[in-house]
Amino acid sequence: MTTRRALLAAGGLVLLVRPAWATPESLRKAIDTFAGGKDVRNGRVTLAIDTLVENGNAVPVSVSVQSPMTAADHVQRIAIFTPQNPLPEVVVFHLSPLNGRAQVSTRMRMATSQPVIALAQMNDGSVWRHSVDVVVTLAACLEGN
Amino acid sequence: MARALVRTPATARPGEVVEIRVLLQHPMETGFRPGADGRVLPRDIVTRVEAHFEGARVFAADLFPAIAANPYLAFPLRITGAGNLVVTFEGDNGFTHRETAAIRLA
Repeated sequence: MTTRRALLAAGGLVLLVRPAWATPESLRKAIDTFAGGKDVRNGRVTLAIDTLVENGNAVPVSVSVQSPMTAADHVQRIAIFTPQNPLPEVVVFHLSPLNGRAQVSTRMRMATSQPVIALAQMNDGSVWRHSVDVVVTLAACLEGN
Repeated sequence: MARALVRTPATARPGEVVEIRVLLQHPMETGFRPGADGRVLPRDIVTRVEAHFEGARVFAADLFPAIAANPYLAFPLRITGAGNLVVTFEGDNGFTHRETAAIRLA
């Protein structure tokens, strides 16, 4: 094996040993915890986020859910997840019929270009999902300035 | 001392759904970033925000390090009457803050 190949192999090993971001495994675990083992279906949720973001330090993000927000049918929780930030969880909002509408906004950090996943849990336990692929030109600083 | 802004509409009609906007001055240090000396800065984030209107909890949020510095949150509220909206913040290193905003009827 040439020196260059050895070096490349060693580099690959380092990447395997310590992933710099949340692995798909931890993302799946976080989503399963949120969904409480229920199937996650597409629909009802709308994630509003720019698909091209200049500054990953503060990305405006808004989630709305189709729901009458009555005592019989309302959104209980809305969560945002990312697969390639250091942690999969971003935020969990707790809502109730007192809100009258299911729409929340915040500003998040993004370590790199990646999908952003919004989940909503209804009072009947069903979980709905919407995901948007986002390209980030300047990532949130993980490695200092 | 932290500063927080809780923005409510100047006046509202009963039954109307309004947007409440909350902004808190806080570094939200992630715990993943090295500082000037190369050592990772310890995590210092706000972990929990709650809003109560006249004793009833109307909103809560669990925040993680991926929330941007100076966290901004917006949520809807159905107006049932005049009263005080109390927003409380809890975070690392015993951080707590409390902000009150009045809701007046039109």
